[in-house]
Amino acid sequence: MSLQVVTANRLDDGLVVFLASDGSWSENINDARIADGKEAADALLAEASAPELDIVIVGPYLIDVEQQGADIVPTKYREVLRTKGPSVREDLGYQAV
Amino acid sequence: MYRYDDFDRQLVHERTEQFREQVKRRLAGDITEEQFRPLRLMNGVYLQLHAYMLRVAVPYGTLRADQLRQLGMIARVYDKGYGHFTTRQNIQYNWPKLDEIPDALLDLAKVEMHAIQTSGNCIRNTTTDQYAGAAADEIEDPRPYCELIRQWSTFHPEFTYLPRKFKIAVTGSPNDRAAVKVHDIGLRMHQNDAGETGFEVMVGGGLGRTPFVGKTIREFIGKNDLFSYLEAILRVYNRFGRRDNKYKARIKILVHEEGIDKIRELVEEEWAQIKDGSLRVDDAEIAHYIEQFAPPAFEALSDDDADFERHKSENRRFANWVRSNVIEHKQPGYAIANVSLKPIGGIPGDATDTQMELVADLSEKYSFGDVRVTHEQNLVLPHVKKADLFAVWSELDKADLGTANLGYVTDIISCPGLDYCALATARSIPLSQRISERFGDLDRQHDIGELKIKISGCINACGHHHVGHIGILGLDKRGKEFYQITLGGDASQDASIGKIAGAGFSEAEVVDAIESLVTKYIDIRESGERFIDTYRRVGMDPFKEVLYGDR
Repeated sequence: MSLQVVTANRLDDGLVVFLASDGSWSENINDARIADGKEAADALLAEASAPELDIVIVGPYLIDVEQQGADIVPTKYREVLRTKGPSVREDLGYQAV
Repeated sequence: MYRYDDFDRQLVHERTEQFREQVKRRLAGDITEEQFRPLRLMNGVYLQLHAYMLRVAVPYGTLRADQLRQLGMIARVYDKGYGHFTTRQNIQYNWPKLDEIPDALLDLAKVEMHAIQTSGNCIRNTTTDQYAGAAADEIEDPRPYCELIRQWSTFHPEFTYLPRKFKIAVTGSPNDRAAVKVHDIGLRMHQNDAGETGFEVMVGGGLGRTPFVGKTIREFIGKNDLFSYLEAILRVYNRFGRRDNKYKARIKILVHEEGIDKIRELVEEEWAQIKDGSLRVDDAEIAHYIEQFAPPAFEALSDDDADFERHKSENRRFANWVRSNVIEHKQPGYAIANVSLKPIGGIPGDATDTQMELVADLSEKYSFGDVRVTHEQNLVLPHVKKADLFAVWSELDKADLGTANLGYVTDIISCPGLDYCALATARSIPLSQRISERFGDLDRQHDIGELKIKISGCINACGHHHVGHIGILGLDKRGKEFYQITLGGDASQDASIGKIAGAGFSEAEVVDAIESLVTKYIDIRESGERFIDTYRRVGMDPFKEVLYGDR
């Protein structure tokens, strides 16, 4: 079954975040809560789309991921870039930390 | 150069404060994202892949030294120490925080700059020849008319919610360096049979998913009538442009579907109603704006400078830079110096805070405090004494700004692509870097001559691939980046839309494919032919053969 997590951009600084297991928004995809299957994914997105979160994040959506050992890795390259930063500036974004 | 009057100043400050309140209300939850989005877009704030993006207008690509210095400061304080110059002569910042953007806008307002109408379905920044007021081949400086267009179009109440965005470009020279034929409206200055200076008006050009070369709607419009005529075109577009489908909403589709004759009829009908109204600009008012762009106090100099010639003969790198990056000026003893933002293997159009400050300093010292941004993502010092060129180049070179490649194969236009852009389907910058490295040898670039490669990371064509001599479009094919090649595009006065060569290439194959095209051109070119000339002579087939063979 396909695995998914919810991502968004944080309202105040615009940075990429993921809905974490504890309901907070983390900059690290490895903190993300994984939904296994459509039903769980729908529930996860519904939680992320709660009106009160409109002042925390912008534009939540589901992305496909794979579990690679301890790491959660998006299947689409676009989303991999969002977890890291621009491929042409490795000194910037999360990859720089 | 144009200085804000009290009205401009008040307008920009009020808008900045208004946006500050809107951001405050958004962060407090008083307005939703849905309500806020159109407001932030009207102030140039996008949400991109990694963060917000702020697009700042550089009206008709002209900057004063203090403005460029401020752009550098903003890059350092509000961003990560760099900015990206775009094909619309604007600058984009990639990492501003929403809660700090109002302060950044206030700092911009201090130097008479803003981000108004850099997004949204309105009339965007008017672009023009980066050599305006300096070029030896120009009829007249186009910027007074660009400034009048800016004033007419800013907050124009009728044109704030057009069917889609609207871009106007103006050239004052027969040699079009502003790509006017691929804009919603292109204006080409020329003289009529009576010897009056006015404009040919072209409409319906554009790139994106449905590219067109603009069609002439009127061969000649006098200066006094230009603004009422533009108003008439915009009114016809606003009324009849399609609002049912975003992809068919640009004026180019209206012109294509209705035909230029029908559109001309509608515009003339509308114009007849308004041509003698308040938009008719009299000679005195035009003269007032021409005065604002009066040439700087050039010295009377000989066109030959012995030191300049000596430096050229003694320093090969300097001579190479002069060969490609220095253009003839209308004033004897002066030259136009192009500052390449395309170092070999670098990111096209990016400049650091300190590079911006250096160019600002150099412009103050050597170019009457005047800097230009080009739609090909470079900078220009428009009025440099030939005697000062060596000093200018030496300073530029130390800051990695002295690359001698203007117009060559490594002077690539590239959109930000998937590395930054939320709309992109593939990366463009890494490809431009690899092509730049492959062809980085300068002797080879000299041998190849003028070759315009333009790369877009999606069908929206921000990287102008349709008008590249070689155009590259990045797409997504089942999760993998792949690149479609077009040939024969041209953004100049001989504008044409490139044709797709065939099936796309993988990321691994595409640089070799480009090299095979260049090798073929060198094999079959006739004396004096540029790549585009050879392509026009022989057509697609010989190039297709090297790309695909029997495939």
